[in-house]
Amino acid sequence: MEWDFLLVQALSGLASASSLFVMASGLTIVFGVTRIVNFAHGSFYMLGAYVAVTIVPWLLEFDRSPWLFFAGVLASALAVGALGVVMEVMLLRRIYRVPELFQLLATFGVVLIVQDLVLLAWGPVDIPGPRAPGLRHGVYIFDQRFPAYELFLIFVGPAVLALLWLLMRHTRFGVLIRAATQDREMVGALGVNQAMLFTGTLFLGAALAGLGGALQIPRISANPQMDLSVITDAFVVTVIGGMGSVPGAFLAALLIGQLQAFGVLVFPKITLVLVFLLMAAVLVVKPWGLLGKPETAAGRTVLPEGILDPRPLDLAGKVLAALALAAVLALPLLDAYAVKVGTEVLVLALAAFSLNFLVGNGGIVSFGHAAYFGLGAYGAGLLVTKAGLPMEPALVAAPVAGGAFAALFGFFVVRLSGIYLAMLTLAFAQIAYAVVFQWVEVTGGDNGLVGVWPSRWAASREVYHYLTAAVTVAAIILLRRVIHAPFGATLRAARDSAPRADAIGVDVRRHRWLGFTLAGAAAGLAGGLYAFSKGSIDPTLLGIPLSVDFLSMILLGGIQSVLGAVAGATVFHAVKDFFMPLTDHWRLFLGLSIIAMVLVFPRGLAGAWTELQRFYARVHRLFTALRKWAERQP
Amino acid sequence: MTLLAVDRLTKRFGGVLAAKDVSFALNVGEMLAIIGPNGAGKSTTFNMVGGQLRPDGGRVTLAGQDVTGLPPRQVCRLGVGRTFQVAQTFLSFTVLGNVQMALIAHHRQTRRLLANAAAMHREAALALLDRVGMAAQAARPVGELAYGDVKRVELAIALAAAPRLLLMDEPTAGMAPAERAALMALVAGIARQEGIGVLFTEHDMDAVFAHADRILVLVRGEIIARGTPEEVRADPEVQRVYLGHSGTRAAARARRAADG
Amino acid sequence: MADPVLQVAGLRAGYGLAEVLFGVELHLSRGEVAALMGRNGAGKSTTLKAIMGLLPPRGGSVRFAGEEIAGWAPFRIARRGLGYVPEDRRVFTELTVAENLEVGRRPAPPGHPAWTPERLFEVFPNLAEMRHRRAAAMSGGEQQMLTIARTLMGNPEAVLLDEPSEGLAPVIVELMAEAVLRMKQEGIAVLVSEQNLDFAAAVADRALILEKGTVRWQGSIAALEADEDVRRAYLTV
Repeated sequence: MEWDFLLVQALSGLASASSLFVMASGLTIVFGVTRIVNFAHGSFYMLGAYVAVTIVPWLLEFDRSPWLFFAGVLASALAVGALGVVMEVMLLRRIYRVPELFQLLATFGVVLIVQDLVLLAWGPVDIPGPRAPGLRHGVYIFDQRFPAYELFLIFVGPAVLALLWLLMRHTRFGVLIRAATQDREMVGALGVNQAMLFTGTLFLGAALAGLGGALQIPRISANPQMDLSVITDAFVVTVIGGMGSVPGAFLAALLIGQLQAFGVLVFPKITLVLVFLLMAAVLVVKPWGLLGKPETAAGRTVLPEGILDPRPLDLAGKVLAALALAAVLALPLLDAYAVKVGTEVLVLALAAFSLNFLVGNGGIVSFGHAAYFGLGAYGAGLLVTKAGLPMEPALVAAPVAGGAFAALFGFFVVRLSGIYLAMLTLAFAQIAYAVVFQWVEVTGGDNGLVGVWPSRWAASREVYHYLTAAVTVAAIILLRRVIHAPFGATLRAARDSAPRADAIGVDVRRHRWLGFTLAGAAAGLAGGLYAFSKGSIDPTLLGIPLSVDFLSMILLGGIQSVLGAVAGATVFHAVKDFFMPLTDHWRLFLGLSIIAMVLVFPRGLAGAWTELQRFYARVHRLFTALRKWAERQP
Repeated sequence: MTLLAVDRLTKRFGGVLAAKDVSFALNVGEMLAIIGPNGAGKSTTFNMVGGQLRPDGGRVTLAGQDVTGLPPRQVCRLGVGRTFQVAQTFLSFTVLGNVQMALIAHHRQTRRLLANAAAMHREAALALLDRVGMAAQAARPVGELAYGDVKRVELAIALAAAPRLLLMDEPTAGMAPAERAALMALVAGIARQEGIGVLFTEHDMDAVFAHADRILVLVRGEIIARGTPEEVRADPEVQRVYLGHSGTRAAARARRAADG
Repeated sequence: MADPVLQVAGLRAGYGLAEVLFGVELHLSRGEVAALMGRNGAGKSTTLKAIMGLLPPRGGSVRFAGEEIAGWAPFRIARRGLGYVPEDRRVFTELTVAENLEVGRRPAPPGHPAWTPERLFEVFPNLAEMRHRRAAAMSGGEQQMLTIARTLMGNPEAVLLDEPSEGLAPVIVELMAEAVLRMKQEGIAVLVSEQNLDFAAAVADRALILEKGTVRWQGSIAALEADEDVRRAYLTV
């Protein structure tokens, strides 16, 4: 290889690093101040691109000057910044105090809404942007041609970094942002209007995302998939760089840019695996990222959001459980469609239960639980379609596959906690998704694999339903037992106070790792069962949307309730199954529902049940008191 | 008999020397207090003994065994219980559940998947709660207790591991004066009765001068004085850099109370 | 009572289901130092937080400089001229001393000389040397000084000072007492929550004793020192 070729390769790595940094810096600044990981940051990026492909060509109609091109790009960034303000005022300021899981879900609701709105406004077809006047030519670097626009991009990243540095160190706004990053309440008590500060921060963050998107239009067509692909990159950059650290994001973007530029030469197909290895290596040495600060592990002073002290089922619970079981057994008396939905509900209930084992019981907020579900499905499906094995060993392989990958990823995940942990689970899940998506020879890529059918004895829908019921109910009972057992109690103890658990001799990291693996295995089992119920598998089984579905289920069921996940899965799937065929805007509907759930209903169905009981008890007390009073009257 | 020997512990943070050649020994059944201004290296020294921090130099020996740089959970296994400046308990558990959890960990049963945790070690947990005067509140969630009672529960948790050494970081911080005296008397009683060594840091001069057998004074990472409470109180250097007028007065008052 | 700058009546507040304050009544005159005393959990910090709006009052009235401020956001209360120094310090450790002061800066009311970093460095000389040092690299006592200086940068008429002596070495506590007296000299009224009678006696003109969320006793410090029954009943010293 010629060294001038390597130089050009390095330059193109720098150009993509610049783009990554502009995008990720906004995410990291918003996180620093608001402590919210804004999923919709990718949506802002996408909107930046769409706005730019709309207004830049219009501006260029007047005069094909580079100045108008960049004026259009800046205007797009500012417009997106204004949308950030709208999101802060309408949504974020209502959720600053809710647990991080709810915040992530709410901002994901915005992602869903924006996706449907973008489709409504711009349609499903990719829209190519104009090229930048004055930068359309190629520059010759020795003998290699290098696009001038890429060369320009290389300078954008450092310029943005320098401007941000000036802003943070030498303006009052910057000093206040840094102060608020550390202690928001204290900043307020010193006379600073936090609402304005947060709104300003969202404007800055969203504008940076919009700028990142708008700058891409000469390179990439605006398309409705940009949001989720870019948010993964941004998450990886912020995790490696250290959350909240702008220079860290710059450093991480540089590393990833170069890794991808040269990785392509060595392993053309698996640059993603290289990114994974980089992330893994950094996190082993520096769990909080290159320039990140450890989260202060202050002990809790408020009760954790999750399962508190699990008790044996009371009478009402037993009756409900028995009714549910009877319904499961009786389903085949109804039509075939009910059986199909019933089987799916059972599978999803197990997956959701295994997620709440982590979230509700362990305080481990996994945002990528579908990865283990999907990897279980692929583990089983590949054995059947590629190795020609029958269903039985494949169903054994499913939890093994889910558990093995959960053990691999979990090894890194449990080094972190809280929102950092959530980001990392998501990044791993996206990497698994991308590998399955891209490794066409083995996984069938986007199309997936067909022909994953049960053995002949279980081929009928009814028999498979009973098989699924037996397996999932047994697994749920077992997991519930574990929650009541010392292992489950230890996970709760570590959630309540890691320093205390450590000081009584518990290896916190190892227990959380085992818990993560166990939950992954259970999700993998659910995935295997799902594959055989459908007869096919595809990458959406690992995707973020399914992870969010699982989270919505446990949120709906109430994460503080042991069996709520089962109820949540049932209701969620039934509603989805009923509404989805009726509307073209399922995502809009789901997004709004998630946000509504977070805002008005944060304790889920089980919470509503307790509230109802409390209300009933109050009415009862009042009634008793009234009666006593009446009896005393002559 | 020497229980804990600390030999020339040193720790640097960036350019700052947080502890420099700190050496001391603690005997079985002895209460040893570390005092000094904020930022003098008390917590640093303390955390190096407890395993939360790895020293840059020096050695920690527990009953003849080198424990330098071991993680907290292993230090705990070797017989060191600890309490924190801000009490650390398992908030979602009952009072009883907290101590049961500590006993489960002590018996290395945390990986059991099928046993019923709520039924394990009940008697032993109740006995421990009885010793700290909390048995009557065993069924209450620990999150509902007054802070002074949370501190007692934390003491019971620390005792569940049958420790030979108790590390207590500002045991009376955040407590009312009357609660402070009661807690320190309880700790001193248990220490003497069972031959447990207690190493504690404290800003409350009443607690220190009434209950410590010996006192170390740490300033800027170095021990500037050590001795009995009487010796330390009378040390003019200690009065100048740490006690001041009010501290010296409080110390004298505490000594009178302890002697009388 | 002479010209109260702060007048609290029937103040109720709490956390979640727990009620902590049951109708607190107190006033603070211009330029005086009053000590809010009482046992742990009596509601001292809660009272200060509720006055400051950090914990929304559930009932009652808080009048500051002639205006009803109950229910205001903390930043509005701070802008009106009421300063707040939290317990356990809470400096911005990632910021330098100068930047910490910048966060607290508010314009002075007309006719009053504004606090500047230079003026504050005269009061707290040891802060001057570490002007560009990150607060993380300061000792606990120095950080406590910085929290007071930071609040003074807002040019308050009155300051709520929460447990300034807690967790500090006795010599540092003496410096804190000097700082409070200096504020009084500057004409700033101070309501200080405190468990330490020695400290209260050194700085305050008047003491209020809080017990179970209401003010049970008030009077001069001298009267409190003379009255062993009151001390035994409410302070357990």
